[in-house]
Amino acid sequence: MSITENKTAAKIIRRRTRFEETWRQFRKNQGAIVGTTLLVFLATLALAAPLAAPEGLDDQHLGRRFQPPSRENILGTDNLGRDILSRIIHGSRLSLSIGFITTSIGLVAGGSLGAIAGYYGGHRDQVIMRFMDIILAIPGFIFAVALVTALGPNLLNLMIAVGLNSIPYFARIIRSSVLSVKEEEYIQAARVIGCSNGWIIARHVIPNAFAPILVQATLRIGDTIIIAAGLSFLGLGAQPPLPEWGAMLSAGRQYLRDAWWMATFPGIAIMITVLAFNLVGDGLRDALDPRLKS
Amino acid sequence: MTSFLLKRLLALVPVLLGASFIVFSIMHLTPGDPAVLLLPQDASAEDIAVMRESLGLNRPFLVQYGSFLQGILRGDLGTSFRSGQPVAGLIMSRLPATMQLAAASLIVAIIIGLVAGIVAAVRQYTLWDGGAMVTALLGVSMPNFWLGLMLILFFSVFWAGRFGSVLLPASGYGTIQHMIMPAIVLGTAHAAFVTRITRSSMLEVLRQDYIRMARAKGLSPFRVVAIHALRNALLPVVTIVGLRFGVLLGGSVVTERIFAWPGIGRLLIDAVRAQDYAVVQGIILTYAIIFSLVTLGVDLIYGLVDPRIRSQYR
Repeated sequence: MSITENKTAAKIIRRRTRFEETWRQFRKNQGAIVGTTLLVFLATLALAAPLAAPEGLDDQHLGRRFQPPSRENILGTDNLGRDILSRIIHGSRLSLSIGFITTSIGLVAGGSLGAIAGYYGGHRDQVIMRFMDIILAIPGFIFAVALVTALGPNLLNLMIAVGLNSIPYFARIIRSSVLSVKEEEYIQAARVIGCSNGWIIARHVIPNAFAPILVQATLRIGDTIIIAAGLSFLGLGAQPPLPEWGAMLSAGRQYLRDAWWMATFPGIAIMITVLAFNLVGDGLRDALDPRLKS
Repeated sequence: MTSFLLKRLLALVPVLLGASFIVFSIMHLTPGDPAVLLLPQDASAEDIAVMRESLGLNRPFLVQYGSFLQGILRGDLGTSFRSGQPVAGLIMSRLPATMQLAAASLIVAIIIGLVAGIVAAVRQYTLWDGGAMVTALLGVSMPNFWLGLMLILFFSVFWAGRFGSVLLPASGYGTIQHMIMPAIVLGTAHAAFVTRITRSSMLEVLRQDYIRMARAKGLSPFRVVAIHALRNALLPVVTIVGLRFGVLLGGSVVTERIFAWPGIGRLLIDAVRAQDYAVVQGIILTYAIIFSLVTLGVDLIYGLVDPRIRSQYR
């Protein structure tokens, strides 16, 4: 076997072993398996929403307003006679998209800043991290309220606001992860053979700091879903007739005395989704944490 | 300790200056002209120009920010575009209600969280432990605004329907009864975090040699847990309570809205809806100052408890 083949084989074995070990640990965690199952179910529901939902997201039937849960409408109907189950199913697309998009904004922007701060150190580190400290001095939800106020209350601006709000969390985590790997020998070796700093960060540093990033991103998706729903609840996010779960809850609040189901079920949907992300995040953390492995 | 306090206070200055700049910049970006908002709808272009001049809106951005900073130092946060009242006065009239709610919810969070966390750690891998951890996970995953509505539904709507009067009022301010539901709503997620951190911290401490020694000496289990273990397990709990205080302040905005609680959170949302940006700006800055002071307080507690941290500032 040639040297190249040997290297390739070793690489495959090493990667498979790491993945298999993580998966083995993850599988042992019952909560993580429940969370994964829930997430797969929710993702399937969101993808197949037009097929899975009994009705459209804004199909109004004024003759059947405020119907309690029944065989025809399992979760009841709202003030415009719309089927709540259908709206929750359609809304799963929105809530999951908000979670993923806002977390991605935070991950990419915060991750880049954190990687630059951690890798280069010095003044760049000082400027970036002091700026992050300043943003963190404003409570996250309040910061998001300020941004939505400035940008205008709609779904896109809500995602931008919540995404920007996530930047400092990822910047801090990725900076500390980068600090822990940047002095490793393989990074020095990459420098010696003339790799550019950008290449080293993208190809070597970030993949090796991947574990805490993955855990934090999973947990953060749940947080962002709650923050976004909270903003929509206050009328600062998704606007009618969008079936965003927070906005549905807000609409249900007005009819709490006469139609309890309008506010109850969208809240349960938020809780189950966030719970699923938290279970998976906890499971990943346990599986990827070497201290727990030993 | 004095130098520690002074250095921590000095470190706070650039952070708060930066926060004020960010808040001012964001509010500067908001659509709409404050001069137009202040004048009647039929105001002429000349009237608007005069108003802009009198408000100083024609001046360069940094000059306006400088004036804003000078105002803050004098305790002047500007004037409400809508009511014409000083923003600082509006905030000060609402701040006590928010602080009362924050304090009550912290008490709820600490009592429930500590008790549940200790029981879970002492009875590890039992039903108590499992129950506490599942409840904590649900508490972390539950949106507080939904919990608020569910409590209103049960204690006000259903209870009134069954027994003729509400068990707890759904809105209002002034009595202990008014405070119970908002404090539970705001404190639940924090109780869940305190439970988790107390459990893990207690488990670590309970495995230490000095705990084994205390048990070997024949001390009662209560004394071992409450005196010897808990005191040493409290530092991470103090940290998590301090770090999550910002989340608690954010949550208070929604909670105050649900329960018509007359705090600055409700004032903030009213101001956002009325496009009263001077009030929005003042409130956000107030939140940043409160949060920074709480963080400072946590650092001081740390410094008091752990001499190693104090020595870093010598």
